[in-house]
Amino acid sequence: MILHSAGEDALIAYLGEETSPAISAKVQAAAVAVEAALGDDLVDLVPSYASLLVIYNPLQTDHLSVAHRVREAVAQSDTVSASEGRAVALPVYYDAEVGEDLPGIAQRAGLSTDEVIALHSGADYRVYAIGFAPGFAYLGQVDERIAAPRLATPRQKVPRGAVAIADRQTAVYPAVSPGGWNLIGRCPVRMFDPDADPTMPVSVGDIVRFTPIGRDEYLALGGEL
Amino acid sequence: MALKVTQPGLLSLLQDSGRYGQHRIGLTNGGPLDPAAAQLCNRLLGNPAGATVIEASFGGLQLEVLNDTFICVTGAQMPFKINNKDAERYAVHAVVAGDQLSLDFAQAGCRAYLGVAEGFEIAPSFGSSATVMRENIGGLTGEKLAVGDILDCAEVKQRRLFFINPESQPRYHDTVTVRVIPGYQQQHFSRLQQRRFFSHRYTVSDRCDRMGYRLEGPAISCELEGILSEGICHGAIQIPADGQPIVLMNDRQTIGGYPKIGAALSLDTAALAQLTPGGTVYFAPVTPHAAHNALHLAASMTKRQKLLERPA
Repeated sequence: MILHSAGEDALIAYLGEETSPAISAKVQAAAVAVEAALGDDLVDLVPSYASLLVIYNPLQTDHLSVAHRVREAVAQSDTVSASEGRAVALPVYYDAEVGEDLPGIAQRAGLSTDEVIALHSGADYRVYAIGFAPGFAYLGQVDERIAAPRLATPRQKVPRGAVAIADRQTAVYPAVSPGGWNLIGRCPVRMFDPDADPTMPVSVGDIVRFTPIGRDEYLALGGEL
Repeated sequence: MALKVTQPGLLSLLQDSGRYGQHRIGLTNGGPLDPAAAQLCNRLLGNPAGATVIEASFGGLQLEVLNDTFICVTGAQMPFKINNKDAERYAVHAVVAGDQLSLDFAQAGCRAYLGVAEGFEIAPSFGSSATVMRENIGGLTGEKLAVGDILDCAEVKQRRLFFINPESQPRYHDTVTVRVIPGYQQQHFSRLQQRRFFSHRYTVSDRCDRMGYRLEGPAISCELEGILSEGICHGAIQIPADGQPIVLMNDRQTIGGYPKIGAALSLDTAALAQLTPGGTVYFAPVTPHAAHNALHLAASMTKRQKLLERPA
């Protein structure tokens, strides 16, 4: 593990350098251990692909003490395996009607749109991180054949529920927002609902699988066009 | 039992001390951009430090008082009037139903805080009333204040009339030195690039808001183009491909993939937030130890600042 200063109230621990389930599991284990070790000195944690941002109360403790406790906690957490994430199924209506970039991805890959759908819905995705916006879960990794770079000009308005690909990541937009990811379908499940408990259907470490559904079923599940 | 918004001004937001512990579902902090000014407002009013106040940016806010209470204004130098008569900032005033309050456009600074006795009564979302428009969370509706909004507050008949002397009030300048703890991807910026960053003058661009302040000046290059997305702390300074630094503020995204050279001290992001476009910024490196000393000193001075009292 490499530990760097982040700011006056934060340290960042790097547990690896690439996207992999093994490194993500280390991050998960480290988050659990750090939370226990810092107690009420801890303000917040941001687990991500290969790093853990540790935010502490700088009027209550200091960086040396936090660094020491984080190092010890992470060293001990290495021997503990991260808890297996839950399996979460998310229905998706894949169609050019709601996934404007689906034909483009198929064309670039030399595949039919059905083959793109089969590849996207045929894999398990790990929730590597949640952030950027409330409920935005970064899922990985998509098959290299359907990986697609971000749009040169982001769309002003991506609808809620849009299922999208950027490089080898995929995500469901939790709310209407601008966005530069490639749209391939629409999911009727709300990824972030402030009034629901839990507010999100997934958390970091969970395993997501997308299930293709038809237009009628999408509408029946509350999906909007 | 309320104040009514008759003119919202350019950007007026309900804020408590911010929303903490919710990064794991992607929620940012929000909260006052100049927390010391918001806290001082609450302290003068005898409120808890995190009571909900209005953060008025740039000015133009007008309110009608619907019940007797006490109010106080701190922060940016916005001419403050009660029933069209000049009123002291940094002083508690008794107001009665029917009074008209106004905060005109800022003459120095950018963010002012208007508080009421016992704070505005706003139902918390995820533990906080802080308004984050980008997330549509907090405040009354997740949005900035609008004409006709009713801001509930208690009817209060008695309050000590605290104030502080003008010479003890913060002053706002158009140049700020932002102390920075080098960190994150700092080692991926060459010595030359780091020296460039810490020795040149930057200017606040038009693209500055509660998410981040984009600065203009000598471009800084990093040997990394992008990084695996990682958590972003308050004050983190991103260097995107165009080399123009962005200081990330209260409403920042919680995760991002641009390299960062370090993070600004919160005391200095508060000063930065009081600048307007065209303001001058210099960066100075400090150790985490020096940053903590500065924080403790500021906290202690805030606590020990002497309040004077007018007779009721």
